[in-house]
Amino acid sequence: MLLYALRRLLYLVPVAFGVSLLVFALVHLAPGDPISAIVPPDAPKEVVDKLKEYYGFDKPLPVQYFRWLAVTLTGDLGTSIGTGRPVAAEVASAFGNTIILAIAATLFAFTLAVILGTSAAYAKSRIVDRLVTMISLVGVSVPHFWLAIVLVIIFSVELGALPPMGLGPENSTGWRPDWAHFKHMILPTIALSVIPLGVVTRTVRSTVKETLSMEFVTALQAKGMRDDQILRHVLKNAAPTCLAVMGLQAGNLIGGSILIETVFAWPGTGFLLNSAIFRRDLPILQGTTLVLAGFFMLLNLTVDVIQTMVDPRIKRG
Amino acid sequence: MAIQSPTVDISAALVRPTLASASRGYWPSVGRRLRRDPVTLVCAGILLLVVLSSIFAPLLGLADPYKTSMIRRLYPLGSPNHLLGTDELGRDMFARLIYGGRLSLFMGVMPVLCALLIGGTLGITAGFVGGKVNMAIMRVMDVFYAFPSVLLAISLSGALGAGTENTLLSLTLVFIPPICRVSESVTTQVRGFDFVDAARASGASALTIVRVHVLGNVLGPILVYATSLISVAIILAAGLSFLGLGVKPPEPEWGLMLNTLRQAIYVNPVLAALPGVMIFITSICFNLMSDGLRAAMDVKA
Repeated sequence: MLLYALRRLLYLVPVAFGVSLLVFALVHLAPGDPISAIVPPDAPKEVVDKLKEYYGFDKPLPVQYFRWLAVTLTGDLGTSIGTGRPVAAEVASAFGNTIILAIAATLFAFTLAVILGTSAAYAKSRIVDRLVTMISLVGVSVPHFWLAIVLVIIFSVELGALPPMGLGPENSTGWRPDWAHFKHMILPTIALSVIPLGVVTRTVRSTVKETLSMEFVTALQAKGMRDDQILRHVLKNAAPTCLAVMGLQAGNLIGGSILIETVFAWPGTGFLLNSAIFRRDLPILQGTTLVLAGFFMLLNLTVDVIQTMVDPRIKRG
Repeated sequence: MAIQSPTVDISAALVRPTLASASRGYWPSVGRRLRRDPVTLVCAGILLLVVLSSIFAPLLGLADPYKTSMIRRLYPLGSPNHLLGTDELGRDMFARLIYGGRLSLFMGVMPVLCALLIGGTLGITAGFVGGKVNMAIMRVMDVFYAFPSVLLAISLSGALGAGTENTLLSLTLVFIPPICRVSESVTTQVRGFDFVDAARASGASALTIVRVHVLGNVLGPILVYATSLISVAIILAAGLSFLGLGVKPPEPEWGLMLNTLRQAIYVNPVLAALPGVMIFITSICFNLMSDGLRAAMDVKA
């Protein structure tokens, strides 16, 4: 198992190389000289040249890339143009806030999805099945940033029950597990969980249904096993497929949180990315993208390994 | 707005390998099945209405969607002359919602079409040629798969800058990898069938085999998958505009309208939520239609 995990990790190296190339290219995709983002347009030519030399922009691109890679691998993501603080510190504090929200949303979405999907697969009445199918359809079709606005309209504007934005009360200095902060999390969590809820419910429903039609279930029934014990067997067989989808969804949720964080002014990576884009703060854009992609890769790796632990048949080459 | 795991439902469509060569009975039966599916028909009807009304918007006698009016700002729904009220600059909401369909639909459909062309070609090539070519193409796709789709779209648009062309470009890039992966996996499956070997044995060139024997068999599943991406693309495009990365004001576009109307949620909440309803309706219709299409084409009879 350890060997398998190591092999997967090794396989990740070329992908990670490609990802670093792409992230590096982001800055050079930007219209105009990357230096023009830092200096005012009327700066004297000597200053511009000096800065170019300082950042290494006067070197050929491959040289620039390897210099950037070497620095990045030491954990130095550069300096934010907007705030002058190190990018790594900015991204780290924002990333913590994003993860808090992501954990809450995944827990909520996956628990509900497993319950809904399984009960739909087991349901004798078509109404339950239809209802669950409808919920999952709405989940995958609703623009989640619009849902976020609608939630704010209902619960903050009309009912005045929940705060419309922010991480916590106004004097809050950081996230803390108390009610005042939980209150701020409720709406973003719901808005963030609709997509994974829809997708995972759909997957759980179809996988459990498929597993239920397998012969071993009939065999277990014939043996006289109790229904709840059979359910355990069914879920264990359905788990690998569902886990794969869940892993992908957990990662996508972090990507999707960019929009939700913007609506709720939640100080996470998405919010950081969005404000960086508008200040044309390319180092932040680069750093955030790199950290999020790296996290996504590790997440996928973890899911792969867990999947093979649950079902050793699916070892991927 | 998540691109779903692409390989899940595709293989079912390949159960009958001779699907295209026996095309006499196939497409008519797909059509028959679609005609008997009321949900798909209703969705197709709604979509047709949205598409046609946005295309022919100038002929509908609507108010000017660009004409601002400082005294008519944020009229509520049902105001005289303004059926759906007015926006934060006093422009007629109904007209803007109809005109907004032009860019919103275009930005949803166009990237998927472009990605279908590029990703499909790459995927079919990778699947048919196999070996090192497959390896090279698919490993490059793996790099794009290392990003959550929304992050990739936003980072690319963020770096490129706002604007319709840049949004199109970044969305196309986001959709190439999933389409390529699906195309590759279906093509690899088709390549294993005996009729491909038979064609090769009888001296057909690679291009002929792809054109005559492979394309007909893989196009169905790829198209079905691509239609399921349209709703994702519409939401993603609206999301980019919502962030201010897509269409620039004053163009009417649903995502951008949601953004600019956010300041009005305390004054006129229903109005502020209206553009999202349009996105929701079109995306749900595209999803249901794609499901119906898949059901109609995955026949195992």
